[in-house]
Amino acid sequence: MDVLLQQIVNGLVVGSVYALVALGYTMVYGILQLINFAHGEIVMIGGLTSLFAAKGLLAMGAPPLLALLVAILAAMIACAIVGVLIERIAYRPLRNAPRLAPLITAIGVSILLQQLAILVFGRNYFSFPELISKAPIVFGPITVTLNEIVILLTSFGLMAALLWLVHNTKVGTAMRATAENQKVAGLMGIDINKIIAITFAIGSGLGAIAGVMVASNYGQAHYYMGFMLGLKAFTAAVMGGIGNLWGAMVGGLILGLVENVGLIFVRGDYKDIFAFVVLVLVLIFRPQGLVGERVAERA
Amino acid sequence: MADMLFTAEGVTKRFGGVTALDKVSMEIPRASIFGLIGPNGAGKTTFFNTLTGLYQVDEGKFTFDGKPLNVKAPHEVAVVGIARTFQNIRLFGEMSVLENVMVGRHVRTKAGAFGAIFQTPATRREEAEITQRAHELLDYIGLSKRAGDKSRTLAYGEQRRLEIARALATDPKMIALDEPAAGMNATETIALRELIERIANDGTTVMLIEHDMRLVMKVCQHLAVLDYGRKIAGGTPAEVQRDPAVIKAYLGGAHTEVTK
Amino acid sequence: MAGMTGILQTKRNQMIALAVLGVLLFILPFAAGALGQAWVRILNITLLYVMLALGLNVVVGVAGLLDLGYVAFYAVGAYTWSLLASAHFDLHYPFWILLPLGAFLAALAGLLLGTPVLKLRGDYLAIVTLGFGEIVRILMNNFDKVGLPWSDETYNITNGPRGITGIDGLNFFGFKISKGLELFGLQITPLQLYYFVFLAFTILSIIGVSRLQHSRIGRAWQALREDEIAAKAMGINTRNVKLAAFAFGALTGGLAGGLFASMQGFVSPESFGLLESVMILAMVVLGGMGHIPGVILGAVLLSAMPEVIRYAADENMQQKIFGIVLIAPEVLRNLIFSLAMILIMLFKPAGLWPSPEKK
Repeated sequence: MDVLLQQIVNGLVVGSVYALVALGYTMVYGILQLINFAHGEIVMIGGLTSLFAAKGLLAMGAPPLLALLVAILAAMIACAIVGVLIERIAYRPLRNAPRLAPLITAIGVSILLQQLAILVFGRNYFSFPELISKAPIVFGPITVTLNEIVILLTSFGLMAALLWLVHNTKVGTAMRATAENQKVAGLMGIDINKIIAITFAIGSGLGAIAGVMVASNYGQAHYYMGFMLGLKAFTAAVMGGIGNLWGAMVGGLILGLVENVGLIFVRGDYKDIFAFVVLVLVLIFRPQGLVGERVAERA
Repeated sequence: MADMLFTAEGVTKRFGGVTALDKVSMEIPRASIFGLIGPNGAGKTTFFNTLTGLYQVDEGKFTFDGKPLNVKAPHEVAVVGIARTFQNIRLFGEMSVLENVMVGRHVRTKAGAFGAIFQTPATRREEAEITQRAHELLDYIGLSKRAGDKSRTLAYGEQRRLEIARALATDPKMIALDEPAAGMNATETIALRELIERIANDGTTVMLIEHDMRLVMKVCQHLAVLDYGRKIAGGTPAEVQRDPAVIKAYLGGAHTEVTK
Repeated sequence: MAGMTGILQTKRNQMIALAVLGVLLFILPFAAGALGQAWVRILNITLLYVMLALGLNVVVGVAGLLDLGYVAFYAVGAYTWSLLASAHFDLHYPFWILLPLGAFLAALAGLLLGTPVLKLRGDYLAIVTLGFGEIVRILMNNFDKVGLPWSDETYNITNGPRGITGIDGLNFFGFKISKGLELFGLQITPLQLYYFVFLAFTILSIIGVSRLQHSRIGRAWQALREDEIAAKAMGINTRNVKLAAFAFGALTGGLAGGLFASMQGFVSPESFGLLESVMILAMVVLGGMGHIPGVILGAVLLSAMPEVIRYAADENMQQKIFGIVLIAPEVLRNLIFSLAMILIMLFKPAGLWPSPEKK
C-alpha cells in the first residue's frame, strides 16, 4: 500500500511532464493534422539551453533561484524561436502537399536538430546543477523532493493557464477557430499564418519548460533526451484523443501513473512496453481516444 | 400487383430523441425509375443510409428481390445487388478512369493473391474479363477516351458519369443515385437524363434521390416524397405534383435553415 | 525523367534497357569488390532495403495504411533464422525451411497487429504500429530471462541486448557459402554470392509486388487508400483487404529479415529500432508512394547515400580541403542526410519519381 502511494506520486510527477510535452503535440495536430515529430527535440533543446545558461550564471555568482528563472526564460525563447522557424521553413510550404510529405520533413528536422545539438553542445551527458533542493522530504509513507513538488505545481499551473488562454482570450478563440476550419477562419479575418506561428511558439515554450523539468529532475541532459520522451508524450496525446487539450493532459497523467504503478507488478525492463500496451488497449476500446469525440462516419 | 424489386415497410430510425424516419413505406417496381424527393433535411439521406447498412433500422423492414434485406455491414449491400453513387462524388482519384470501373467488378470476381502472384490461367482469364467489361462500361457512358487518365483529372460531369459506370460494374439489380444532377449545367443534366433512361431500359432499376424537380418529374415513373422523416405523398409525378401536402412542404416556407 | 520514359516507349528499347541493366547488375558486385568487400556489403544491404521498402509500400503506398513499426516484421524474420540456425540453441535448420517459416511468422505477426487496429485510421494507426514495433524490440531485449510466474527459473531465448552470434550462413544443400566459390577461374567471395541470392529475391519481390498491385486485390488496396467509404459501397470487405495488406507487407519484411541474419551472422535488438522503421518509410515516401520504380529509387538513394557521404565526408577529405577536421564525419553525414530528406520533400512533395499522370 505504501509502495502504491509512493508510485502514484512519482507517476503524477512524471505524468505532468508528459502532459506538458503532449500539449505541444496536440496543439499542432489540432490545427495542422501534423505529427510534429521534431517536438521531442524541442524539449531536448530546452533542457540543454537551460543547463548551460544556469551553469554560466552560477559561475558568474548568480543566486540559484535567479539562475533558474533566467535559464527557463532562455530555454523558452530559444525553443519558441526554433519552433516557429521549423514551422516556417519545413511545414508551411507543405500545407497542401500529400499528407505524408510533412511527416517526412518532420522526421528530417528531428534528426537535423539532434545533429545540430551535437555540434553546439556536444555528445556528452551534462549534469544539471541542483537549483532547487532535492533533499528528500518525508510525508508519512511518501518521500518527495522540493524539486518534484515544484515540477508538479508548475505543470498544473501552466496547464490551467493554457486552458484559460485558449478559452478566454482573443488569440485562443482564433486558435480554436483555425483548428475547426482554416478556410472559414481565414474568411473571418483571422491571420492563419500568425495563429499557427503562435501555436508553435506556445507549444515549444511548454516543451522548453518540460525540458528544464526533466533535466533538473534526472540531474542531466543530453542530445538524445527528447527522443523517448517525445515518443511517450505523443503516445499520451493519442491515448487521450489527439487534438484535444484535455485529452493530452489526461493522457499524460495516466501514462505517467500507469508506468510507475505498473513497476510494482512488472520488472523495470518492461516499463516502456507497459505504456504501449495500455495505448493499444485504450485505442481498441475507444478508437477516438479517452477524451476525444467520436466523429460520425459520413456518407 | 406489379413485380416489386424493393419494398420498405414502416421503416423507423431514431437518433437519440429525434425520429429521423417515421414509419416510411414504399415500393419500387422492377426496371423502373423511382424518385425519392423532399426538402433539405427531410430524411432522404438517412433513409438511404439505413437501406445501405450504414445504420441499423429501429423498426420496420426492407425486402429486396423477394428476400428480406438484412445488411449488417456496408460492403454487403453491393453483394446483394444494390449499387450507389455519392452526393459529393467519391471516386478513387489517384486511380485511372478504367481502374475505377475495374474496382466495381471486385464483388463479382474472386481472384486472390496467390493467383495474382503466380498469374494462374484462371486469374488471367478473369482479369481479361474485368478489363473488357470495364471498357464496355466506359463506352456506355462515353468516357473511353479518358480510360488511362487519373480520375481526379476529369471534369465534374464526367466524374458523375464515371461514378455511375463504377456502380454499374457491380452488376446491380438496383442503382441508387444520390443527387446526380447536383452542380451540373443544363447540357450535362440532359445527358444525365438520357443515361438514366438508358440504364432503366437495359433492365436495371434506378432509385433517384434528387433535388432537381424538373429532372425528377421528367424521368421518374413513381415518386415518394419525404418531409420531416415522414412520407407525405407517393405516386406518379402527375399525382404528386397535385398533392396539397407536397405543395405545402415545398412552397410553404415552413423550413428554416438550422445553422450551427 | 520525362526524357527517359520517352525513350522507353518502344518494346525494343525496353528490352535493350533491361539487358543493359542486367549486365550492370551482374558487374556491380565485382566492381564494388575491387574497392573492398565493405562495398559489396553495402550493395547487399541496399538490396535488403529495396525489399523492405517494397513490402512497406504495399501497406503505406498502395493500401494507404500508415505503419511506423514495420521493422518488427524484419526482426521476426531475422530472429526466426537466428534462433533456429545458430549455436544459441544448437539448432541448424536449412534455409528452405527457415526462409518460408520466417516469412510466415512475420505475416502472422502482421495479422496479429492488423486485427486490433482495423478500426483505427491515419495517425492513430501510425502510433499503434509504432508502439507495436517498440514492443517487439523490447521483448527481444528482455527475452534473455523469461520467467514463469510460478517458478524462479528463467530461460534465455533471445540472449537479450547482447544479441545472437554464430548464425549459420545461407548454405545450399551441403554447399557452404562462407567458403566462396571459384567459377571459370573467377573468384567469387561469400558476400558476392550473397549479392546474387539477394538480387534474385529482390527481383522476385519486385515481380510479386507489382503483379499484386495490378491485380484485383491490388486495386482493392488502392480503392481503400483513396476512399474507404466508397470502397465499401463497391462491395469490398475492407477488413479482409486491410489484413491482407498487413500480411503481405510483413511477409516481405520477414523474408528480408531471414536473409539479413544469414549474411550478418549476428543480430541484436539494436538493428530493429524505431529509426529503422522511419528510414524505410522515408524511402517509400521520398521515392514516390505507390510507384514501384520510385520506391526502389528511394531505397537505393537512402541506403547508399549515408555510405557515400561517409566516404566523402571522412576526416582525410576534410583535412585536404580545409586543413583541419571541422565536423566529426558521423555528424556531418547525418546532417547532410537529414537536410537532403527535408529538401527533397520541400521541392518534390509527391516524391522523386511519383506514379505518372497517364497510364
